[in-house]
Amino acid sequence: MRKISDWGNYPIIEAEVSGFDTTDQLREKISNSGSMIAFGNGRSYGDASLQSTILLTRRFNKFLSFDDTSGTLTCQSGVMLSEILDVFVPRGWFLPVTPGTKLITLGGAIAADVHGKNHHVSGSFGQHILSMDVMRTDGSIITCSPEENTDFFKITVGGMGLTGIILKATFRLKKIETAYIREETLRAANLSEIMDSFETSGDWSYSVAWIDCLAKGDALGRSIMMRGEHASASELVNASHKHEPLNLKPGLQLSVPFAFPNFALNKLTMKAFNWAYYNKCRPGTHRSIVDYNAFFYPLDAIAHWNRIYGKRGFTQYQFVIPKAAGREGMQKILKRITESGLGSFLAVLKLFGEQEGFMSFPMAGYTLALDFPISLKAMDLFKELDAMVADYGGRLYLAKDSRMDAEMFNKTYPNVADFRQAITLLNEGNTKFESLQSKRIGITG
Amino acid sequence: MKNILILGATSDMAQAIAKKYAAEGWNLTLAARNMELLHPIASDLRVRSKIEIISLEFDALEFSNHRTFYDSLANPPDVVICVFGYMGDQMLARTDFNEVQKTIGVNYTGAVSILNIVAEDFEKRGKGSIAGISSVAGDRGRQSNYIYGSAKAGFSAYLSGLRNRLAQSGVHVMSVKPGFCYTKMTESLELPSALTADPEQVANAVFKGLEKKQNVVYTLWMWRWIMLIIRHIPESIFKKMGM
Ligand SMILES: Cc1cc2nc3c(=O)[nH]c(=O)nc-3n(C[C@H](O)[C@H](O)[C@H](O)COP(=O)(O)OP(=O)(O)OC[C@H]3O[C@@H](n4cnc5c(N)ncnc54)[C@H](O)[C@@H]3O)c2cc1C
Ligand SMILES: NC(=O)c1ccc[n+]([C@@H]2O[C@H](COP(=O)([O-])OP(=O)(O)OC[C@H]3O[C@@H](n4cnc5c(N)ncnc54)[C@H](OP(=O)(O)O)[C@@H]3O)[C@@H](O)[C@H]2O)c1
Repeated sequence: MRKISDWGNYPIIEAEVSGFDTTDQLREKISNSGSMIAFGNGRSYGDASLQSTILLTRRFNKFLSFDDTSGTLTCQSGVMLSEILDVFVPRGWFLPVTPGTKLITLGGAIAADVHGKNHHVSGSFGQHILSMDVMRTDGSIITCSPEENTDFFKITVGGMGLTGIILKATFRLKKIETAYIREETLRAANLSEIMDSFETSGDWSYSVAWIDCLAKGDALGRSIMMRGEHASASELVNASHKHEPLNLKPGLQLSVPFAFPNFALNKLTMKAFNWAYYNKCRPGTHRSIVDYNAFFYPLDAIAHWNRIYGKRGFTQYQFVIPKAAGREGMQKILKRITESGLGSFLAVLKLFGEQEGFMSFPMAGYTLALDFPISLKAMDLFKELDAMVADYGGRLYLAKDSRMDAEMFNKTYPNVADFRQAITLLNEGNTKFESLQSKRIGITG
Repeated sequence: MKNILILGATSDMAQAIAKKYAAEGWNLTLAARNMELLHPIASDLRVRSKIEIISLEFDALEFSNHRTFYDSLANPPDVVICVFGYMGDQMLARTDFNEVQKTIGVNYTGAVSILNIVAEDFEKRGKGSIAGISSVAGDRGRQSNYIYGSAKAGFSAYLSGLRNRLAQSGVHVMSVKPGFCYTKMTESLELPSALTADPEQVANAVFKGLEKKQNVVYTLWMWRWIMLIIRHIPESIFKKMGM
């Protein structure tokens, strides 16, 4: 038994934890335990990869094949996106979709069907999977793809590890000329301005905004938009970049050595952070060339940054609401959050494009994500926010969730009933794949 | 092109070491007892880089095969790293002598058997580097793992003697003493994160240590000081501590 948690350090539980090297070992483990859940790199925030028996996939992390001409990569599910970048960026390839951290596994990327700053043009990660192998509760291995065993494929992408253990997957990387991003930043005085910016930034491959969620009144939604494109070789200006356009020097790695005391993250420090961030970006549009780590993964430069939230832990509240409800809905919800004063300095806004998918989180509309230190007040606030999100026809992201109730989940994910039935059927008479989350929101019994 | 032979290539530390050397452009000879585990490791390395990779079967306990194994290597190595090890079950080892023999056989006798052969070759060629992964567990016997610890203590003493012997012939011998490391050997344990290294950190320390011809490498650095303190606790007090 050992203590283990996901990224928010809430909840922290005691669990039996082990990994596997071969499919035979995995099969044996599955048949020897009544119930289990896969754990990738624990970068979901809540309890999606937690329960009393945990299967670590990180060691099942081999690259199996790569085709240099098409960029088609096959690897085992425990491979981290960071490893893929380390190996393939220098050869001129990039991930088709990447979340705001590269420290997640391929399995986690598929199971949560993660999205990135290019969702409006490239969709979610699962849409790029050409094929994958999954071990089911009975120990059998099923190959599924958009063409083969399509129903199983549909419920596994975004299925949060409940359909089986993803063993390996094949997907296509995209060609890049440089490891750099041509970035534009612009600031917006309020929510309506930033939403305008999103509407007019549709041609950009990548776009995201950081919202100062403590700004109030007319300044509500005051924010900075960052949009970018992979820089071509000719767009590089710096001589050292031009010299080795695909190779980055190792960056500075900082680390938060221990859990901060709870008082360290009070309202004042958050306010100061927000102000500094906002004022760094003067009015107008600013262009620069930044490396891909700075653009996509600013937080990864600080190892264990989750420790700044102290021992009590934190959660991220991420919701999406349909575009039609966007302006009014986002205004109301953000207002409620800023009034509460409980929000974090990290509030991210993004406009999603259309999304297909059975259990996937994204939908055409606006998504907002912010961190909250765990507290009773925050929990009460979430209940209020849930009601607003549901009313606007939106939903919450399972990968970030540690507290949503079954009612909210059932109301907001359209395919819940079919999904639950499929999982029940798969689990019947066999080992169950279930997590604390799947029990809490009523997918598994 | 330089060649490295990694013994116990399926271990997590060995895999990290192999990746590091592959990234530095070395040719790899990977040796392990379980070929089913070794094949995907080799194919992974082939996707990562264009170097030559050879996979071979090697069991530390099959002492009598060691000479043929070494003599038939296609690429005579410039560096040999002995990574295999066996933690054993300390409780079982109290009463079951087979467990004791296995622990000593892998960690000490098997390592000595193969490294003797390597040393003979390197001495003749007047060059080469040998690294052995021992453990801080060998620095002082503790009730929780003294069978493993004493085998590693023996291995550490062997490496230091070998270093002494081969110094004159231009052959470098390095002892590596990892503290805690996140690997399959320890994955079910809860380890103090500040004192626990990733296999990649160990791999980098091994690579750097061999480049700089260091003698004894601790990973992470604080383990040198921790073990210095632990070694200096008087026996009269130490014996009462439940370690
Ligand atoms: C700083 C930060 C930024 C983030 N930004 C984004 C973002 O921009 N967009 C976004 O979409 N997400 C984002 N996330 C969330 C993260 O991408 C997802 O939670 C992802 O699923 C984490 O993957 P993991 O490998 O750590 O898996 P875990 O967190 O360990 O597990 C997540 C889920 O995947 C399942 N799973 C893992 N491996 C397998 C497998 N082999 N087979 C079957 N099921 C498996 C688990 O059971 C669990 O349900 C962010 C997280 C952090 C910490
Ligand atoms: N992890 C730690 O905290 C830690 C601390 C200090 C020192 N060490 C030492 O570091 C080294 C690497 O260990 P690790 O942590 O990476 O653990 P590991 O992954 O469990 O590696 C042990 C390796 O030894 C191999 N092995 C066992 N018996 C063998 C035999 N008879 N012949 C050939 N190979 C054999 C195993 O092969 P299979 O894959 O076939 O089982 C495995 O590859 C070991 O010497 C260990 O003692 C580890």
